[in-house]
Amino acid sequence: MRESTIMKIHYGTALAAVALVAVHILMRMTMNFADSLEYETVLANYKFIPYAIMLELILVLLSIHGFNGLRVILLELKQGRMYEKAVSYGCLAAMFGLIAYGSRTIIMTNMGMV
Amino acid sequence: MAQVSSIADDQSSKSITLRIARYNPEKDSERQFMEFTVPYEKWTTVLEAILDVKKHFDHSVAVRYSCRQATCGSCGMIINGKPRLACFTKISELDSNIVTVEPMNNFPIIRDLAVKFERLFDTHHKIKPYLDRDDTELESDAKEFLQSPEELEQYIQFANCIKCGLCNSACPTMATDSSFVGPQALAQAYRYVADSRDKGKDSRLKIIDDSHGIWRCHFAGSCSQVCPKGVDPAMGIQLLRGYMLGFRS
Repeated sequence: MRESTIMKIHYGTALAAVALVAVHILMRMTMNFADSLEYETVLANYKFIPYAIMLELILVLLSIHGFNGLRVILLELKQGRMYEKAVSYGCLAAMFGLIAYGSRTIIMTNMGMV
Repeated sequence: MAQVSSIADDQSSKSITLRIARYNPEKDSERQFMEFTVPYEKWTTVLEAILDVKKHFDHSVAVRYSCRQATCGSCGMIINGKPRLACFTKISELDSNIVTVEPMNNFPIIRDLAVKFERLFDTHHKIKPYLDRDDTELESDAKEFLQSPEELEQYIQFANCIKCGLCNSACPTMATDSSFVGPQALAQAYRYVADSRDKGKDSRLKIIDDSHGIWRCHFAGSCSQVCPKGVDPAMGIQLLRGYMLGFRS
């Protein structure tokens, strides 16, 4: 993929994540902070499908943005063909791993398996 | 190896201590400084002070220079911690009794104050620093490629680059990323992309659109701060990004 395409995705995910995290924070402000962290409240959030979809989107957006940011930092630290390939594929694998693990939590909770 | 020498000059009332970095990569393990007391007038440049040292004390001090008027871009060096042209920096404007001169950062050292420019010239050459078009004015019925003053204004500031390398020396990304294209080449890429006579925009943008290209600039802006010709490479890079993100065409 061209670097400009990757960076467009990088900037796009940042903007979208800021918007969705703002919504997430506003939703948390409907009750006091301690109550919003209650076990039952968190489960209820995951079971409310629109909210669960939004959390999943935040997870995907932040994973893409964060791991690409990490890739960029690592590419600037050291150069070399093998190293750069390892960093790119490593970050991609870590990103998919994190998304899969987070999605598993959201899906299992949503389906009442927790 | 610190050494203090002074040039006797009865007519001059002011003098400074000139600290010159000495380093020969073939012999020395680390950089050392030699100190010289040099008289100066308010118009004396750092280059003139270094040439005074070469003339009176140590002719082995290695320094690259040519035009002495900020045109050739040969005498870039770190003067009191900041990349500057030695011929364009007056000692009186430094406001210091000690003037320290070192070779530019982010360049391999040949000896003392002289550095290798290969990387700068390679990246400059890589971005095709010429008008790129299939037709030429050499064709039988063609005339010169006319431009309006507005079209000229789009790039003329960036055409002032003298390839002195001060921007690359100041760039923090150049310090860590040995494959980074650098602000000088990127500013020159913009200079030709913005030129209405040029038809090589797409190929040029493709060249700088890689993992060590334009996107590695973090807009520190230090390149623009040190440019002796007011080129403002940081702005050129942001304008170039506008093309790549589709804000400009």
